[in-house]
Amino acid sequence: MSSITNIAGQGIPLIGNDIDTDRIIPARFLRCITFDGLGEYVFADDRNGSHSFDNPAFAGANILVVNRNFGCGSSREHAPQAIARWGIKAIIGESFAEIFIGNCAAIGLPCLTANTEAVEALQNRLLRNPATQISVDIESLDIHYDDIVVHGNLDHGPRQTFLTGTWDACGQLLAQKSAIQATAAKLPYLQFG
Amino acid sequence: MSERTLFDKVWDLHTVGILPGGQTQLFIGLHLIHEVTSPQAFAMLRERNLKVLFPERTVATVDHIVPTEIQARPFVDELAEQMIQALEDNCKEQGIRFYNIGCGNQGIVHVIAPEQGFTQPGMTIACGDSHTSTHGAFGAIAFGIGTTQVRDVLASQTLCLSKLKVRRIEVNGALKPGVFAKDVILHIIRTLGVKAGVGFAYEFAGTTFEAMIMEERMTICNMAIEGGARCGYINPDQVTFDYLKGRDFAPTSEQWDAAVAWWKTIASDSDAVYDDTVVFDAAQIAPTVTWGITPGQGIAVDESVPTVETMSIDERPIAEEAYLYMDLKPGQPLIGTKVDVCFIGSCTNGRLSDLREAAKFAEGRHVAPGVKAFVVPGSERVKLAAEAEGLHEIFLAAGFEWREAGCSMCLAMNPDKLVGRQLSASSSNRNFKGRQGSSSGRTLLMSPAMVVAAAVKGEVADVREFLV
Repeated sequence: MSSITNIAGQGIPLIGNDIDTDRIIPARFLRCITFDGLGEYVFADDRNGSHSFDNPAFAGANILVVNRNFGCGSSREHAPQAIARWGIKAIIGESFAEIFIGNCAAIGLPCLTANTEAVEALQNRLLRNPATQISVDIESLDIHYDDIVVHGNLDHGPRQTFLTGTWDACGQLLAQKSAIQATAAKLPYLQFG
Repeated sequence: MSERTLFDKVWDLHTVGILPGGQTQLFIGLHLIHEVTSPQAFAMLRERNLKVLFPERTVATVDHIVPTEIQARPFVDELAEQMIQALEDNCKEQGIRFYNIGCGNQGIVHVIAPEQGFTQPGMTIACGDSHTSTHGAFGAIAFGIGTTQVRDVLASQTLCLSKLKVRRIEVNGALKPGVFAKDVILHIIRTLGVKAGVGFAYEFAGTTFEAMIMEERMTICNMAIEGGARCGYINPDQVTFDYLKGRDFAPTSEQWDAAVAWWKTIASDSDAVYDDTVVFDAAQIAPTVTWGITPGQGIAVDESVPTVETMSIDERPIAEEAYLYMDLKPGQPLIGTKVDVCFIGSCTNGRLSDLREAAKFAEGRHVAPGVKAFVVPGSERVKLAAEAEGLHEIFLAAGFEWREAGCSMCLAMNPDKLVGRQLSASSSNRNFKGRQGSSSGRTLLMSPAMVVAAAVKGEVADVREFLV
């Protein structure tokens, strides 16, 4: 697993609050036993031709810029998987739903928050000039575009896991097997039965 | 020790350690899995040559894709058949208890775990489903996780998490006639909004919740996530203990007293410190219906669709989107709006007490011409118990269809779907665009009793008119 220290590339704006997981990937695409191929169905029911993800100018983008409470609703990891498999490597937004941001962290997709003014300014910049290049630094949490620097936020825990390449927690968790057994041994309800 | 919430106590008890990044490694006491969010997790385990560490702490069932009419195998839907087969194979290979269709115990995962006594106070419970918050009704810390985290629980019985803050939501007083648990939670979400709970666990407290039976408490905690809170809980009390006693996986006679004594200690201390507190008066809550495309866009059934002037600037864009999508005009009454489909069921309102309440209103009445109405019990046990009481006969006589157990049209991963622009009156939990199987379908969330009222009138109606 590799560390994630900087993501640079083209941005893609997606305007609107409360964009839920059924918008990101409708339930009918959850009828699958692998995440392969989900990328082409991202935002399937909103892709009416005028959606950002339909716009050829954003076809090569890898940094998604969203507004408030993005990813609310279901726990389906299919949502961040579809976004990542479309080509997104980082998301900048005003705020994210709890389960969604956790799922993103677990698959190595950093979600940074920034204030409304900064996010809207970046979205507007991308709409005016889709070729705008963005750079997201996970160490400093600075977001650079044109000659502008926006300071983003990312919780300390996930930030550390990106920087140290430990965002896939499985190995770290399994390294504590004796502590896991010790915790289990002191749980009263595991003794009932 | 005092000043601690139930959340603090359960969190501390399950803490394995602090990971290098500063997050907590938390032990998961009960892991629930189903066919939609687990196959990829098992594939990831296989890639790493890992086995399930505590197979006896995982319980599986099939619910989301289950057809509620024709259940013969192989399923008509080949993709659904692949998913159930994958779950069957994975559970067999890893030695996981699996409740399959027809075994008598299958059903929606959030219905079967409580009814069999798997869900108990003081546990940490995780499941690859956001409505896992339901189990908080027992005084457990229960939350939804993604598939990579399902893998982590399978492999290590633990998760890497950051601790949440706790908001105490107090509701006091008696509910008025025609007002149910569903109305209480829709009212709370309507008031606090759909993102207020981000970063918080919700503790539901006060005399209104204390007076509720366990199934009503499950309806409340089920929708904590719709308010943005990953988990919601209610402190365990005598109602909780009475519900659990004698259930298949509840502590047995010798252990029962010790279990109850421990459960009493994990409730929040009377001087517990909360990060925030909000207080509601139960008497102010009316039968509540959503009019829009988020569960927070709700109104009392006799109110009009709100105009943007009454909303904060933040809420206006999504309200404009909702007027357009729902084909409703600001200021118009919701009562009288024609409905096409009426759905009673889901992990929110598919339990026996929900069906009893709905049947009370359906008895001696009939579904309006042109309306499709159906009842989907939350589990095979719920179905059997309802039939033993003759509830199915009441529904059938009233023109409702009586189906097999599953998630059904809550999210329409099975054949039960809206068609085109159909408008549904639904006892489920989400009114997102396209949620019920048609990309242009529309949903109004309400209590099961209100769904019956809508089915009988063929339009949104105030259930209080049906009270005798």
